Amino acid sequence: MAKKIYETPMLDELENGPWPSFISGFKRMRDQHPDQRISAMSNSLLGQLEHSYETRKGYWKGGTVSVFSYGGGIIPRFSEVGKTFSESKEFHTIRIQPPAGNHYTTEMLNQLADTWEKYGSGYTTYHGQSGDIMFIGIDTENIQNFFDEVNEYGWDLGGAGPAVRTSMSCVGAARCENSCTNEHALHRRLVNEFTDDIHRPALPYKFKFKVSGCPNDCVNSIERSDFSVIGTWRDDMKIDQGEVKAFIEAKGRDYVLDNVTSRCPTNCIKLNDDNTLTVDNHECVRCMHCLNVMNKALSPGDDKGVTILIGGKRTLKIGDLMGTVIVPFMKMETEEDYEKIVELGAEAIDFFAENALEHERTGEMIERIGLANFLEGLGVDVDPNMISSPRKSSYIRMDGWDEEAEKWFQRKAEEKAAAVA
Amino acid sequence: MALEDMRHPIESGCPDGFQYMHPAMRKNFGQWKYHEHPRPGVLLHVAESGDEIWTVKAGTQRILDLFSLRKLTEIGDKYGEGYVRFTIRSNIEYLLADKSKVEPLIKALEDAGFVVGGTGNSVAMISHTQGWLHCDIPASDASGVVKALMDELIDDFKNCNMPNRVHIATSCCQINCGGQADLAINIQHTKPPKIAHDLVGNICERPTVVARCPVAAIRPAVVDGKPSLEVDEKKCICCGACFPPCPPMQINQPEHSKMAIWVGGNHSNARSKPTFQRLVASGIPNNPPRWPEVATVVKKILNAYKEGARDWERMNDWIERIGWPRFFEVTGLPFTKYHIDNWRGSRDSLNASTHIRF
Repeated sequence: MAKKIYETPMLDELENGPWPSFISGFKRMRDQHPDQRISAMSNSLLGQLEHSYETRKGYWKGGTVSVFSYGGGIIPRFSEVGKTFSESKEFHTIRIQPPAGNHYTTEMLNQLADTWEKYGSGYTTYHGQSGDIMFIGIDTENIQNFFDEVNEYGWDLGGAGPAVRTSMSCVGAARCENSCTNEHALHRRLVNEFTDDIHRPALPYKFKFKVSGCPNDCVNSIERSDFSVIGTWRDDMKIDQGEVKAFIEAKGRDYVLDNVTSRCPTNCIKLNDDNTLTVDNHECVRCMHCLNVMNKALSPGDDKGVTILIGGKRTLKIGDLMGTVIVPFMKMETEEDYEKIVELGAEAIDFFAENALEHERTGEMIERIGLANFLEGLGVDVDPNMISSPRKSSYIRMDGWDEEAEKWFQRKAEEKAAAVA
Repeated sequence: MALEDMRHPIESGCPDGFQYMHPAMRKNFGQWKYHEHPRPGVLLHVAESGDEIWTVKAGTQRILDLFSLRKLTEIGDKYGEGYVRFTIRSNIEYLLADKSKVEPLIKALEDAGFVVGGTGNSVAMISHTQGWLHCDIPASDASGVVKALMDELIDDFKNCNMPNRVHIATSCCQINCGGQADLAINIQHTKPPKIAHDLVGNICERPTVVARCPVAAIRPAVVDGKPSLEVDEKKCICCGACFPPCPPMQINQPEHSKMAIWVGGNHSNARSKPTFQRLVASGIPNNPPRWPEVATVVKKILNAYKEGARDWERMNDWIERIGWPRFFEVTGLPFTKYHIDNWRGSRDSLNASTHIRF
């Protein structure tokens, strides 16, 4: 290396200890990578990071960078101390959408690494909190080259800024016995219908879809997405009484009493004297706890579908919000079912685009206008599954009561007629 | 370059994962029967067809340099079957149909310095953000905090000694990109932003910044003859929301941006409904390169949880059962006026009953 190697006494401390060290990785790239551009970039990056550690401050600034015909997908980073640390003065991140379920072959990972080595810093994260593959560290000039090459073999940019964002889905049906829907297909249908809204940010703020295959919600969709889709079932859960007995044989009755039946949130599961289990499925809220403990003996029913919750987000600006139920149950089997959910997604995005204030998330907008108005906007009927309790405030004008009650009875009659037919 | 000569993107969106999925997973898609957990870091899933898929999970440094990424793929080719996936906490999972490959694969991963574990009742890999390495608004680092903490918690990652799984997250500003977790380590600013008045007029779109403030503490002002913004410091809650749209409103401060710890966030619907994390400790120094004061508090809480929680209780379940007064008692953490929420909806967090444990 021609240029001096920055001293990194503080970062060196992060090479100690048994957990793999990212600093050791940076130094390998600095000292061993044959490409002078990459080794110099690593040296410069280490220098700036050490400077951050010493001064306890960050030195990256945003900007506006994208690829031809898109408006987002890149996180631009320009160094405020780029005069000193010049080889990493432009250090943008490229967000690439991962495949649904985050599956890769080693061959594909190597191919991505090869392209990244040609144009970028060589640093990646699988995946960032947005769900994207993060290709961290590239100068402005090379962004288009990198994108063009990976785009040719099947990869596209993710979302950034006020746009529909990259989605995440759990491993689901690919490996999990609790999967109640095809997370993979749902994930792709939902985001790929809105690629224009991903690539050209034009919404009030971000809009995220996430898909989990069961109420364990392994991708945190209720907390972390504006549009959360979660697999569930509505018929009886399946009980293999032979496996129940085998479980008791191995663990004992007390274990089942302490860890299964007494932990049921609705007290709907009972251990019988003959070491079988009885479930009152009408009372079961599909919380998954008993299935998690006794995964061989208990499994979801056959009448599967999804629940949709809307409005989850983190702190800024009005405080944390969970998504809340908009659709208690929806079958997800036929092409029509998929079209229906995509349509609901489109309605939700359109309503958000038209009604949210700048930098306001869907959940905040609902908080501001009230759920009933949001439902009306989407053309979704009210349902008691949407609330944990009815209103406690009497301050409301209710002169439309009779009509609303009539709507309810009419809908119930229609449902009954449909069930008979 | 003329516009017509520029390459137009192929708007392919999210790729189809099936093309990269292990053949046994493709074949048995939606047909899995049960799973077992033979040892920490290893899962066995069995399909209705009787087919098996073995998963070996390993923790990494998350920011992967080319050498580390290629080492992971090389191990996957030599000891695995060429198919991997990543969890949402950035662990790598190797998928194997052949059981006999499990042990040699584990050995190869461990020999290369990666850490096999993170399954079942372990302390999972910490989900984290970019910090000083790449973020434009960080008060702290992310990868460094995580590396230092995982050095301390590695045995709890490699073993399953906790009452239930423990998810930890770190975030380097109050936006909390690390997300909800059983235990979250977040930055908490304690002083209003320091404004570079000579820069505001040129850099910031002032109405946007005024609108961004959750407590309406910012208003336009002219300072030294230049258009700028001023903050009513009595109203300011030091959240930092004005800083991203207006970098001259510097919120990060080496001394006064502190680390805070929150517990009890749980995304699962199992047992209780999903819960948000709650503040338990703050005022912890932002102390690079290894943040030892953070580890002390984290370990205190984890030890109390490990000691006191029953099987299957997540952090929130445990605290719900023993009550918050007991939580502060067993962890030895101080309870202050700052623990009492005063944000919208906060009365719901007060005790409107005589339910008191003595």
